Amino acid sequence: MAFYIFRRFVNYFFLSLIATCLAYVVSSLALDPAAKYYGRNPQPTQQTIDNILDGLGVNPNVPVLQRLWDWLVNLVVHGSLGTGVNGVSIGDQIISRAGVSLRLLLIGSLIGALVGVTLGVWGAVRQYKLSDQVVTYGSYLIFATPTFVIGVLLMIAATALNGAAGAQLINFTGEYSAGLSGSWWDLTLDRGVHLLLPTIALVLIGAAGYSRYQRSVMLDVLSADFIRTARAKGRSRNSALVRHGVRVALIPMSTFFAYSFGTLVSGSIMLEIVFSFHGMGEFALNAISQSDINAVAGTTLFVAILILFSSTLSEVLYAALDPRVRN
Amino acid sequence: MSLVEETNAELGSPVVPLPPQPLGTEVTPPKKARSRGRLIWWRLTQTSRFWVGAVTIAVILAWALLGPLLYPYNATGRDPLNMGLGPTQLHWFGTNGIGQDLYAQTLVGLQKSLVIGLIAGPLGTLIAAVVGSVAGYMGGVVDRVLVWCINLLLVLPSFILLVILSPLFKGLSWVFLTVFIAGFSWMIMAQVVRSQTKSLRDRDFVKAARYMGVPMRKILGRHIIPNVASLLIIDATLGVVAAILAETSLSYFGFGIRAPDVSLGTLLAEGTSAAVTRPWLFVFPAGVLIVTLFAVSLIGDALRDAVDPTSGVNRD
Repeated sequence: MAFYIFRRFVNYFFLSLIATCLAYVVSSLALDPAAKYYGRNPQPTQQTIDNILDGLGVNPNVPVLQRLWDWLVNLVVHGSLGTGVNGVSIGDQIISRAGVSLRLLLIGSLIGALVGVTLGVWGAVRQYKLSDQVVTYGSYLIFATPTFVIGVLLMIAATALNGAAGAQLINFTGEYSAGLSGSWWDLTLDRGVHLLLPTIALVLIGAAGYSRYQRSVMLDVLSADFIRTARAKGRSRNSALVRHGVRVALIPMSTFFAYSFGTLVSGSIMLEIVFSFHGMGEFALNAISQSDINAVAGTTLFVAILILFSSTLSEVLYAALDPRVRN
Repeated sequence: MSLVEETNAELGSPVVPLPPQPLGTEVTPPKKARSRGRLIWWRLTQTSRFWVGAVTIAVILAWALLGPLLYPYNATGRDPLNMGLGPTQLHWFGTNGIGQDLYAQTLVGLQKSLVIGLIAGPLGTLIAAVVGSVAGYMGGVVDRVLVWCINLLLVLPSFILLVILSPLFKGLSWVFLTVFIAGFSWMIMAQVVRSQTKSLRDRDFVKAARYMGVPMRKILGRHIIPNVASLLIIDATLGVVAAILAETSLSYFGFGIRAPDVSLGTLLAEGTSAAVTRPWLFVFPAGVLIVTLFAVSLIGDALRDAVDPTSGVNRD
């Protein structure tokens, strides 16, 4: 099993690596880091501009593959992701922002997966009953709503709630209240309240996808012979469903988890921007608008590593659930 | 979302055998068996979801086309006497801060979003059909290379790829945006088509055609694609939803449609800052968008059930 997972990890590792290189090349071709210096008044001399761009390693006169190679060597030898156009190391910027993004992403996707799997199993067991219909149409409604609309609608609802309560119950702008001081507990609580709305939005998106998939897989399992066998040998219905049904129905879910993680990453990036968190989403946005090639490459690497870990995790889950893979 | 449907559809065999033809004589032509297409259509018309979705979409299409003709205000003109007002009899959806009519703007934005969705969705399906069937049919090195490319594109979320590429289509028209959206939405469907093609390739009718010397292009067009057509129709329908979602999201964050063009995404971006104080600026375009996409998803869902009625029947 260890070898199997290792092989999958190596496969994903190379995919992520090449995807990052591809993103580096594409962003080098798409972005023009020199443009903003030409727009300055007084305009710096060509020599100055070249010096700045060479210092950042983004001079468009150097062949792009040469720059990519330098970037990779720098990453492997010095563990550095280069310097951004603002003069701050990309690695430091990402480290200071990654926590914000990871917190939202991890909490949101875990709760979303739990809620989705539960709703999916429940919907399959109670197929075509009212509760199943409500969940089904609810998830279609969420599919039909862009992520940022869900975020803004939650904001409007929270404002209405605050207005009705006459107090600031739910704070939702930014990641924490500026200038708040107090005990560790107060600060944590404050961050938790700020995290509430984006997490709800992410859970809704995740649960909608997972519940549909889990429901259809569970329906196929429910009609399988081994469930009837389990019932026939005297297991209660609930026990047969959970011990024999859900466990088998989770196997394809582990693969689906890896596929859908990318959707959740882009969803959480959008939500961060909507709720003005200073996370990786804002970083990526700024990188594009400032034509910061190193920052775009760093962001891509961050996302690629996330996907690498989630894919490997889903392979581990798959192997743990499905005894056929282990041998 | 798309993965859910495709895997769902994949669970049942898309190649349903036709009912046996009655042994007719040469004198009286045999009673024609109901073709698969007509069977699916018949099943489709039995579901209420399909009709709800189809009628809603028909109404929305007609509204987007005819609405501007039946309304006195246009999308760019200003009404200085009624700035920042909520919905009134004069301005049905209200006006924005500089007195532009939101109803007229919503209709223009809806047109643009619908056009982009209706082009990009089927275009993505077309790419998926070509890549998937070629990879599955040819096998060998071509297959490995194509599968590898698919996996590569799947590693990074397509939203991020589109954002990175956005400076490229900054100065270009919305047509390029449409092509880019289609270019990043075909991967999962291509995998499904590939696996179906691999199993079809060894069927007798395909083998017969191959041994008769029919070129690959014709085999794919005559035998492979028609057998996965139902999957492709579902994917094209749901692809419209995915494309409109991609367009509005990109435009909302400033990477898609740009001024002077208007889409539902740009309208929502403008409406967000005032979403709490002047909710109509956000709620009306958002509502129109959600109703449109919901209706298309209903059609897609009904199609999936019509194509594969045995999947997901609880026999407990």
